[in-house]
Amino acid sequence: MPFFEAVRMALQTLRAQKLKSGFSLLGVFVGVASLIAAWGIANGVNRYMTEKFAQTLYGVNTFQLRRRPMFTPNVPDSVWRAWARRPRIRFSDAEAISAGLTIPVVTAWQSSDQVTVSFGNKEARDIDLTTASERYFDIKNLNIAIGRPFTGEENRSGAPVAVLGEAVAKRLFSDRTPIGKSVRIGGVPYRVIGVVEHQGSILGFPLDRFVVVPALSPAQNLVNPPGILDAFLVKANSDLEMREAIAQAEGIMRSRRHLRPKQDNNFVLDTSEGVQRFWAGISRILVTVIPGIVIVSLVIGGIVIMNIMLMAVAERTREIGLRKSLGARRADVLRQFLAESTTIATVGATFGIVAGIGLTFVINALSPLPASVSPASVVLGVVMGAGVGIVAGVYPASRAARLDPITALRQE
Amino acid sequence: MTNVQLFRTGDTPRPDVIILAHKLTREYDMGSELVRALRGVSVQIQQNEYVAVMGPSGSGKSTLMNLIGCLDTPTSGEYWLNGQKVSDLVDDELARIRNKEIGFVFQTFNLLPRADALHNVELPLIYAGMSGRSRRERAVHALERVGLGNRMDHKPNELSGGQRQRVAIARALVNEPSILLADEPTGNLDSTTSTEIMGVFAELHHQGQTVVMVTHEHDIAAHAARVITLRDGVVATDQAQAA
Repeated sequence: MPFFEAVRMALQTLRAQKLKSGFSLLGVFVGVASLIAAWGIANGVNRYMTEKFAQTLYGVNTFQLRRRPMFTPNVPDSVWRAWARRPRIRFSDAEAISAGLTIPVVTAWQSSDQVTVSFGNKEARDIDLTTASERYFDIKNLNIAIGRPFTGEENRSGAPVAVLGEAVAKRLFSDRTPIGKSVRIGGVPYRVIGVVEHQGSILGFPLDRFVVVPALSPAQNLVNPPGILDAFLVKANSDLEMREAIAQAEGIMRSRRHLRPKQDNNFVLDTSEGVQRFWAGISRILVTVIPGIVIVSLVIGGIVIMNIMLMAVAERTREIGLRKSLGARRADVLRQFLAESTTIATVGATFGIVAGIGLTFVINALSPLPASVSPASVVLGVVMGAGVGIVAGVYPASRAARLDPITALRQE
Repeated sequence: MTNVQLFRTGDTPRPDVIILAHKLTREYDMGSELVRALRGVSVQIQQNEYVAVMGPSGSGKSTLMNLIGCLDTPTSGEYWLNGQKVSDLVDDELARIRNKEIGFVFQTFNLLPRADALHNVELPLIYAGMSGRSRRERAVHALERVGLGNRMDHKPNELSGGQRQRVAIARALVNEPSILLADEPTGNLDSTTSTEIMGVFAELHHQGQTVVMVTHEHDIAAHAARVITLRDGVVATDQAQAA
């Protein structure tokens, strides 16, 4: 009997026993749907992490001179204490690097803390106050929606001017224009000169709750002791030039800190690589855990199918006897039942793929997780579905094939 | 009628002998005891004979039927079907013989309940490896032969008992087998329908079909031209009768 005929027969049986078949493909359905959705999340977040997250936090081809890394997951207390003992980054460090680098770069100073910003009797709490130099906007790729960024002159003179994040502008001014208005940042009056474009959110964290003011303006006292920065940002033209600049900056800092060759750096030259390495770790965990879940549901699905098939063989013993009496060989019967279990599983997998893709889109639309379907997971879903069907069908099918036609025909 | 003594072990049957059973025995090992269902049955049936096999229950007629139908193999003895020695064939070879040489008609019809008449009739052709179009033509022809040309798309539960048995007969005929082997073909039918089905058998026999029918009803056996009676695993009587 040709394979196509076996599949046709299998589909006929499936149609005839809709409810039973529905249950039997549930396991594979869930397995494949979760495979596609989970993989879709991992895939989407992965791309998001490497493309957007890292760039938003660090900027393209940019490194930061800091006392400790910005992104610090799972760090033991001892390391924290060691970091806390390190000397802070000083204005003079930044100036020395700016003067010493031979690579063309753009640089900015940056320090941040949380403050309350108010306008009249309106308040915006827990706002990220960033004191920065004028090129900060370029490096972080912050486009100005209304007004203008502050200038180098305003930065050096410490002018009390502020550029607001969109959420802060909305909170304090609703729909009216904030340009030219005076807000109070930690009690110090600042004149609003610009509002940054809407930044959205990253993994659920809002990115529009900030104020940027000149590094040397009065609010610097709210953020750091005099002469101290959180970070010195350096942006090169390419990845290669960035690496060269990092090497130069490291040399400059080591000599300024009088470090001997065997001593470790007591500062970091932080890039987005750290975040990406961390994410790669998480996604490795996902990639090991997801198959576990998928395998468990596929195994359950396989067992369900095997049981259903054993039931089908028992119920249709007479039919098998009849088919054998009409000339079906063992291989024909074997193929028929294998085709049936494989068809059940493949149909389940197909529904699972559709549901998984749907689920991925829903997750993408309704949650902060940027899920996107991975084509490889679809292929794998089909292969696994069919594989489960074949594996689960082998035992029932071989039992059917070995039935003695006389005994089978006599079965009531 | 046919002299069974003419055949000796090692011989080959004459070409017009469709069925040749020579000293067939069949024993079942039931654990504690050995059941000897057949104790040496020798029968020859020629082309276009219409034979009824009778006997009380336990006489071995079902066992003989299974052997003739190639569903089982004898413990000893020879069985030749249409010039081929089948008594020492294995499982899958027997399946091929059943498919080519034998058309089964069962007491309980044994139709696939979810398939229509046409698909039921097509089944043996599927296992013969015949492809779609000619398979369909052959099945349609077989259904027309039993007068069901207008019921091809009906499922078994949409057909009467007599019509179901006609579908089964069409299925038995579709591979143009050497023998039509019927096991109590009227056992589940009322007397009017039984007569109707016997009419179909008579017509097929008239067209040249060899028919072997197992029954315990004398008025059904009366339709056959020859009656073989089994008792205690041996042939008790074997006589021709006026149709």
